[in-house]
Amino acid sequence: MITQFVFYVFAAVLLFAATMVITARNPVHAAMYLVLAFFNSAVLWIMAGAEFLGIVLVLVYVGAVMVLFLFVVMMLDINLARIREGFVRHIYIGLPIAAVMVLQMLLVVGSDAFQVDRLPAGDMPIPPDVANTPLLGSVLYTVYVYPFELAAVILLVAIIAAITLTLRRREGTKHQDPAKQVRVRKGDRLRVVDLRSGAQNREPDNRP
Amino acid sequence: MIELTDYLVLGALLFALGMAGIFLNRKNAIVLLMSIELILLAVNFNFIAFSTFMDDLAGQVFVFFILTVAAAEAAIGLAILVVLFRNRNSIDVADMDSMKG
Repeated sequence: MITQFVFYVFAAVLLFAATMVITARNPVHAAMYLVLAFFNSAVLWIMAGAEFLGIVLVLVYVGAVMVLFLFVVMMLDINLARIREGFVRHIYIGLPIAAVMVLQMLLVVGSDAFQVDRLPAGDMPIPPDVANTPLLGSVLYTVYVYPFELAAVILLVAIIAAITLTLRRREGTKHQDPAKQVRVRKGDRLRVVDLRSGAQNREPDNRP
Repeated sequence: MIELTDYLVLGALLFALGMAGIFLNRKNAIVLLMSIELILLAVNFNFIAFSTFMDDLAGQVFVFFILTVAAAEAAIGLAILVVLFRNRNSIDVADMDSMKG
């Protein structure tokens, strides 16, 4: 009973936050509501028994992806008035399509053939007395080690793509060129000057 | 008791909200990316619900990989957005028409 109540409260807040994400006037507010939506989803996932994924959602999404979003939102100087143009016009397309999709999915989900006891059993059963995190770890590094490596490669590609896309060399800025630094020889930097002592070579002394 | 249907309906509503967000925010590519995140979240909801109620761990492993790919997608999408804003001084999707024939 109490579990059901908690579920519905968090689901309601999640749907409210999602609605605010797509209707908020200011992109910063939209990002903040998305953070709220992720937190509520994490709670619901933990309630469903996926503790590790709930924590990962908070750590990776709220901690990293949303901070990235906020950085970009703050870096771009967006004209808010121009963004809102055509919002009302698009509502008349967007809402009916969304409503039709919800209706169709409800029909599928509510149908007789879609009940849990009708579905075929999986081949990786969850033992009842093992915690979620070690369980996930034990299959991730054995059965799914190849997809795991692929995920790592995808992240590497994402890093390289993001950096190469946004990197630019502006004229007039001072930056180091490590190749040039390594290639330098003594002769490029150092010049030995023969200074003879004597009055004719001395700089005029201006100091008081 | 929470049923599988509860999670699936929640996922469906979340998916539809993300879909509506794509239609509504045609001028704002940042909120467009956020809508895609909402859609992926809805998909993850379905995976986790099925994993729990069918007693199968594979769904949770799949969510793990979806999270990885979504993070990579967000990073690259935002990088493209930054470059777009630098070149066009706008994040309107309709302004990305330089490859139009």
